[in-house]
Amino acid sequence: MSAENHAPASYRSIVLTYLALLLLAAVSVTVSICHLGAANVWVPLGIGVLQAALVVMYFMHLRKEHWLWQLLFLIVVMSLEMFIGLTFVDVLYR
Amino acid sequence: MNHASVSETNATARLGMWLFLFTEIMMFGGLFLLYASYRVRFPQAFSDSAQQLNIWLGAANALILLTGSFCTTLSVTALRRGSRRLAMILLAITVLMGGLFLFNHYLEWSGQIRAGIYPNSPVLDHMSHGEILFFGLYYVTLGLHGLHVLIGSIILAVMAVFIGRGSLTPEDTIKLENASLFWHLVDIIWIFLFPLYYLMH
Repeated sequence: MSAENHAPASYRSIVLTYLALLLLAAVSVTVSICHLGAANVWVPLGIGVLQAALVVMYFMHLRKEHWLWQLLFLIVVMSLEMFIGLTFVDVLYR
Repeated sequence: MNHASVSETNATARLGMWLFLFTEIMMFGGLFLLYASYRVRFPQAFSDSAQQLNIWLGAANALILLTGSFCTTLSVTALRRGSRRLAMILLAITVLMGGLFLFNHYLEWSGQIRAGIYPNSPVLDHMSHGEILFFGLYYVTLGLHGLHVLIGSIILAVMAVFIGRGSLTPEDTIKLENASLFWHLVDIIWIFLFPLYYLMH
């Protein structure tokens, strides 16, 4: 297990992550106002995934954690995706 | 306690926090799953209902929570570097953000309730099945999330008090790190709730 305390994140990386998150939110809102049809669903969701990844990696420091924790996180996200995917197999082809 | 045992306890505490966050992801995941399957069944009603919500209130709340996340992350670094005062100020800003978020929620919900849209209301009962489901999910999911914002704000306020009393020190910041992890998760949930309920029409 990684028992070491990782070094604190630098102010610079925190500020850059914050700016990236704000920029992505602005893109998401702009796309939604522009009414682009199907893109109105997939662009905000895709941007949401990107924003969540930034928060998990840079604010929650998952990138500095032990690989076992990263694997655990991946398993949780994939289980959730599997639940949703399997439900849709039922919902869409009922 | 010697150094090795402190960092070992910290690693265990962090792992425990992550495991708790996993259960939270699964709980909100269930609500996202419901949203997705009903949206596929009633696409038009969901799109029309989402259009009734105020994008700018949702966007303001996204900005507020992101700023809160930004400040808690900064406060951890500040405390680790020995600036207790700065860490406390940053936590106070985050708690303020939590309060602002809840105030926006109050404005939004009181507007909806005045318009007669709340669970089991006569107005809602006359709407289509899809709209009833949309607003039902809206109240349950955003309500549960709002409760998390309230809890997160209280926990971070307690952390600021701990720093002031000297029981949370630059040498051992695990309590603050875990409290900050909780806020980030609540932020991530809004990152998905915002497009699902406000943007996708």
